[in-house]
Amino acid sequence: MLHTFVAYVEDLPGVLTRVASLFRRLNINIHSLTVGRSERPGLSRLTLVCEASGEAGHRIRASLFKLENVVDVDDIAQAPAVTRELALIKVAATPRNRAQIFDLVEVFRARIVDLTSESLMIEMTGVESKIEGLIEVLREDEGRILEICRSGKMTMRRGHHVSSVLRAMGAGDAEEARETQENAVES
Amino acid sequence: MASKGNPKGHAHEANGSAAAPGANAHLHPPARLTGAEILWATLVGEGVDTVFGYPGGAILPAYDALRKFPIRHVLVRHEQGAAHMADGYARASGKVGVAIATSGPGATNLVTGIATAMLDSIPIVCITGNVPSKVLGTDAFQEVDITGVTLPVTKHNFLVSKTEDLAQTLRHAFQIARSGRPGPVLVDITKDAQQGSAVFDFEVAKPRPYRPHPMLRVEESGLAQAAELIRNAKRPVILAGHGVMESGAMEQVRALAERAQIPVALTLLGLGGFPASHPLNLGMMGMHGEAWVNHAIQEADLLIACGMRFDDRVTGKLSEYALKARKIHIEIDPAEINKNVKVDVALVGDLREVLEELLPRIAGRDGSAWLKTIEASKGAVAVRDIKNLPDLGHLYAAHVMHDLWRIAGSDAIVVTDVGQHQMWEAQYFHHGKPRTLITSGGLGAMGFALPAAIGAKFACPDKDVWVIAGDGGFQMTAAELSTIVQEKLKIHIAIINNGYLGMIRQWQEFFYERNYEAAPLVSPDFVKLADAHGIPGRAVRTRAEVAPAVEEARRAPGAFLLNFLVEKEESVYPMIPAGSALHEMIRRPGKRAKDPLEERAED
Ligand SMILES: Cc1ncc(C[n+]2csc(CCOP(=O)(O)OP(=O)(O)O)c2C)c(N)n1
Ligand SMILES: [Mg+2]
Repeated sequence: MLHTFVAYVEDLPGVLTRVASLFRRLNINIHSLTVGRSERPGLSRLTLVCEASGEAGHRIRASLFKLENVVDVDDIAQAPAVTRELALIKVAATPRNRAQIFDLVEVFRARIVDLTSESLMIEMTGVESKIEGLIEVLREDEGRILEICRSGKMTMRRGHHVSSVLRAMGAGDAEEARETQENAVES
Repeated sequence: MASKGNPKGHAHEANGSAAAPGANAHLHPPARLTGAEILWATLVGEGVDTVFGYPGGAILPAYDALRKFPIRHVLVRHEQGAAHMADGYARASGKVGVAIATSGPGATNLVTGIATAMLDSIPIVCITGNVPSKVLGTDAFQEVDITGVTLPVTKHNFLVSKTEDLAQTLRHAFQIARSGRPGPVLVDITKDAQQGSAVFDFEVAKPRPYRPHPMLRVEESGLAQAAELIRNAKRPVILAGHGVMESGAMEQVRALAERAQIPVALTLLGLGGFPASHPLNLGMMGMHGEAWVNHAIQEADLLIACGMRFDDRVTGKLSEYALKARKIHIEIDPAEINKNVKVDVALVGDLREVLEELLPRIAGRDGSAWLKTIEASKGAVAVRDIKNLPDLGHLYAAHVMHDLWRIAGSDAIVVTDVGQHQMWEAQYFHHGKPRTLITSGGLGAMGFALPAAIGAKFACPDKDVWVIAGDGGFQMTAAELSTIVQEKLKIHIAIINNGYLGMIRQWQEFFYERNYEAAPLVSPDFVKLADAHGIPGRAVRTRAEVAPAVEEARRAPGAFLLNFLVEKEESVYPMIPAGSALHEMIRRPGKRAKDPLEERAED
């Protein structure tokens, strides 16, 4: 199954290697990995998606925590969350056949962010399936897609995750609530 | 530390020179020191008095400052030896061992030793020099990306390129090495960071408080459930591992076993954590464990795993491992839970602390029926104590181990190499105390014994230290004989010389139709080799000579080498072939005429 981990890691040289190396060692392929600054000074936030057996989630999370530079790890699993991906897609388009693409972009609620006489660039954010939908439609015309650049998934749990809210979310989330609480205290 | 005065150091201090830090720099108000001085001052502050190392260009500034500090530097003959010595020191003492090497080849030579410590969770700190920070990444002379190389075999590693980061990083390294599940940490220090200067304040360099793994979890419900399982079990077995010693839970494991009358099986690294002579001790489990131990595990209805990780050498084929048993796993590393064996109750925390919480819930229990069943299952193969067996002129390694154990006793520290002799030692040398067996379990690194024994001797100078090595493995690090001489160490060396890479030959005998490819081994005359180092020695060819030779070695004023010329084609029994289930063992071939190792009930 697909696992999604959200982790806060120290913003230092080599930290990403350590995270990546863990997955390499476990022989798990990383589907996508996004990293950037977070709301916590000195800490980067990453979202990592990988394919592994259902039971592997616990061990991966435990192993991530064993990395000295990893501060927090959340295994999103089935928890309610918002996931987005950003894609930039460059397509061949001349002034004569542009209009059709403009319509498509409209339907998919994407945007045109660059335009030349031979090509244009589409920017789109959304869930993976939506982005894939647009790409599929564009592929119907052979040779049209020139470049695709995708950010990989970014995930954030829904709701205001102060510990009281998590606790109120009930027994199933009790463990997570405690952890989040602990982590909150830590940080 | 304060009492360990170094005259040179004190003299410098008396001069009040800021550049001469002296032995107690870590106790003094902040002063400006060079990186090299900060390195040693921090080690002294961390309680280090012995380091094992080898110099080179990139670490020379550190060596130059060494004379000012009360630290004994042991010059090794190969950096692998330095890492193994630090490891042996740590295993014997429970403290952090320290190895030092230069950049490039010095650093890469450490790698086998670091991996050995990683796989057995041994706290060591390895310090390497590196090229100046300006040329990092340029393939400068003797530059190797050693933090990259050692990333998968260290618990953590650091590259320090600024003098002002040095003290804090080193202290953090010590904290990481010894906390939680211990392990090796490498600190790579550029040459300019050693040469530069910074204000040194040992207190300020203190790391943040250690954060335990956030997934440690010992819940009331888990404890209650564990107690309930123990109460209701008919055929329980305790599996005691290395964690028993790492957490200092010997008393607690013993209390649990005695109170609930539960037999105890040990892993290789667990030997010594529960006394071999204890009536509840079953012995070693796994690939070369006795039949009744593995049988008891396969028949058990409850396994209580204490500080062990269900290694494949212990479980055999996982899909057939202890299928009738519920499992309680008490373990400090959350990543070990359900890794190999799915457990019913996980108590994730320090073993001693968990057992302290569990014990009040455990009542006395009558375990006699199960204990009798196990006793009966020993049957004809029960007795491995071979003291009364006839001497038929052959010398068997088992004899050597047995006699050594009888004479050296339970206080001696035995450091074994890897191979058949390692398993015979585990079977026939009955360890009664923790930290008396030092062996490379997880990595199985040949060449470990001699250097690790040197480290152990430094940790425990008053104890008898025995090296037991094969003729193959001994040659991998035999150069450390010179270190023994240079440091004037009294270490007893027993080479179990069978003319083969014995364990390889055994596998070839069992699984490769006796195709003894690359297994026969020509060796030097080890007694002459010792002699060339000024170490006396003796060859031993018969059983009758064993005891006098061992006594002679013990009486010798310094190191002594015994070359035991044992049966060449003997195998370690029983054996569970890799990938087979615990009950699918190869037993000793039956009724070989006049086989002095044939186990009979009356022996
Ligand atoms: C560094 C290293 N290389 C190879 C091996 C594989 N190996 C395991 S046991 C063994 C033979 C050991 O021979 P020897 O030291 O003579 O001991 P014996 O088995 O004969 O007692 C070998 C080659 C190893 N464990 N370590
Ligand atoms: Mg041999």
